[in-house]
Amino acid sequence: MGMTITQKIIAAHVGKSVVEPGELVLVEVDMALGNDITAPVAIKELKKIGAQKKVFDKGKIALVPDHFAPNKDICSANLCKVMREFAYENNIENYFEVGQMGIEHALLPEKGLVVPGDLVIGADSHTCTYGALGAFSTGVGSTDLAAAIITGQVWLKVPESIKIIYKGKLKRWVTGKDLILYTIGQIGVDGALYKAMEFSGEAVKALSIDERFTMANMAVEAGAKNGIMEIDKKTVEYVDKRAKKPYTIYNSDEDAAYTNVYEYDVKTIEPQVALPHLPENVVPVRDIENITIDQAVIGSCTNGRMKDLRDAAVVLKGNKVHPYTRLIIIPATQSIYLQALKEGLIEIFIEAGAVISTPTCGPCLGGHMGVLAKGERAIATTNRNFVGRMGHVESEVYLSNPSVAAASAVKGRIVHPEEVVVSAI
Amino acid sequence: MLYKGKAITYGDNVDTDVIIPARYLNIDDPEELAKHCMEDLDENFINKKTKGDIIVGGKNFGCGSSREHAPIVIKVSGISCVIASSFARIFYRNAINIGLPILECPEAIDDVDEGDILEVDIEQGAIQNITKNKRYKAQGFPPFIIEIIKKGGLMNYAAERAGSIE
Repeated sequence: MGMTITQKIIAAHVGKSVVEPGELVLVEVDMALGNDITAPVAIKELKKIGAQKKVFDKGKIALVPDHFAPNKDICSANLCKVMREFAYENNIENYFEVGQMGIEHALLPEKGLVVPGDLVIGADSHTCTYGALGAFSTGVGSTDLAAAIITGQVWLKVPESIKIIYKGKLKRWVTGKDLILYTIGQIGVDGALYKAMEFSGEAVKALSIDERFTMANMAVEAGAKNGIMEIDKKTVEYVDKRAKKPYTIYNSDEDAAYTNVYEYDVKTIEPQVALPHLPENVVPVRDIENITIDQAVIGSCTNGRMKDLRDAAVVLKGNKVHPYTRLIIIPATQSIYLQALKEGLIEIFIEAGAVISTPTCGPCLGGHMGVLAKGERAIATTNRNFVGRMGHVESEVYLSNPSVAAASAVKGRIVHPEEVVVSAI
Repeated sequence: MLYKGKAITYGDNVDTDVIIPARYLNIDDPEELAKHCMEDLDENFINKKTKGDIIVGGKNFGCGSSREHAPIVIKVSGISCVIASSFARIFYRNAINIGLPILECPEAIDDVDEGDILEVDIEQGAIQNITKNKRYKAQGFPPFIIEIIKKGGLMNYAAERAGSIE
């Protein structure tokens, strides 16, 4: 029996030639990641056992203040300070201060710190994003992070894999976000529980790398341990420009075992929207009638990259945000922000009446920069629409791709982008 | 490792955002954080829970964010253990790592009503609904996981092992 790409990467990090699903293994990590919410909890654990100066490798730890940074209040400032001091004291090479930082899952690949074949753990559930580059990456908690910081190791159960094959050509306005929302709508929020989600097929190959990050990013929203894709020319081109280290390409064997194989014809898939309060409550945007919105958010580790901003700009150019709606756009990293500025996208956004924020996770988790009041409703390109996720317990979040969010901001209600772009021509 | 308490029941897909909303994640002190445990799902939780109570969830308990604050506030609230039809994987790891006993058992969950008195044996993987006089068998944990829970979490376990090696 052959192995999946996930099995092969794990095997390589245990030093074995074969690992089987269900096997408990202790793996060596290539990168351990924490942020301003999760790293302080890990650091506290390290201090309890007197190990706060025993990092296993200062080049293989990444610390990014992105959730409540720039500091939203005094308590958050204190958490950021705990992480900053730990980084300085241990000479952590990949600590990214405000001004250098970005949303962690956009930042690490952009900086070439995650490459194909890597095994990465992060104390953030969306660490699964890097599977888009053919790496095994998974979210853990703060204690796992603490243990990895001093040992360089983490225990894992080798996951079973499911395979999702996307066939056909995407319609206009349909993106990687729509494919992953559609998939979660089909299999449910626990449809891939404990498993590896392997995305394949011609429609995935046709996606930009940015859209592939979006898909792998939301694997956790189906309960998956990791999302992963095979490497192609686009991946190699992306990685070669950035990689800070050599990399290894793994592909699944033809006779690898999958517990389920799903096949979707993307020709019939429309832009999707996930209704409150679960990412599996997915409907085509055309089925939504007269849902007014108070706020639209374009950004996050899911959809704050160049492709996302360009998609939004196509819709917003020459249009105005509805007077009763707030549009908040958050480039995911400083270099994305700068590139958007050079391409004239920021000007389009501001002329449309959007506000542009410094990189932060901010409103996605109801932290800052766009928290919702009681009874308010938002459309967002983020990843979760749980109860109270963006603010008040009686607020609502609808999830979509950037074009839909931008068009909805213009109309003040959830609409298909065609409604805006057609009327603009 | 036997835990006995009254059941506080919730449905499927209880996410970590409702267990501890992100607006409180800037709080460093676990006792202070625990004042907001379950707040966005059940604002009465804080008043009705008593020491030793057992939280009973449906499928995919603890889905969403990796925040370890979620199992921490449950533990600090005095909940003795959590049983569910299934757990989201990061919550599952985190609960073990901080020494919060958990057990998956779909059959037991289907029968439990709020307020039932339950007895859970983590080592044996046995659950007894004393109120309804029913017994269930779940998958127990391997010895090293039991040991982690007994020591109160992974760091204590690791520190002790490191100490004994030296």
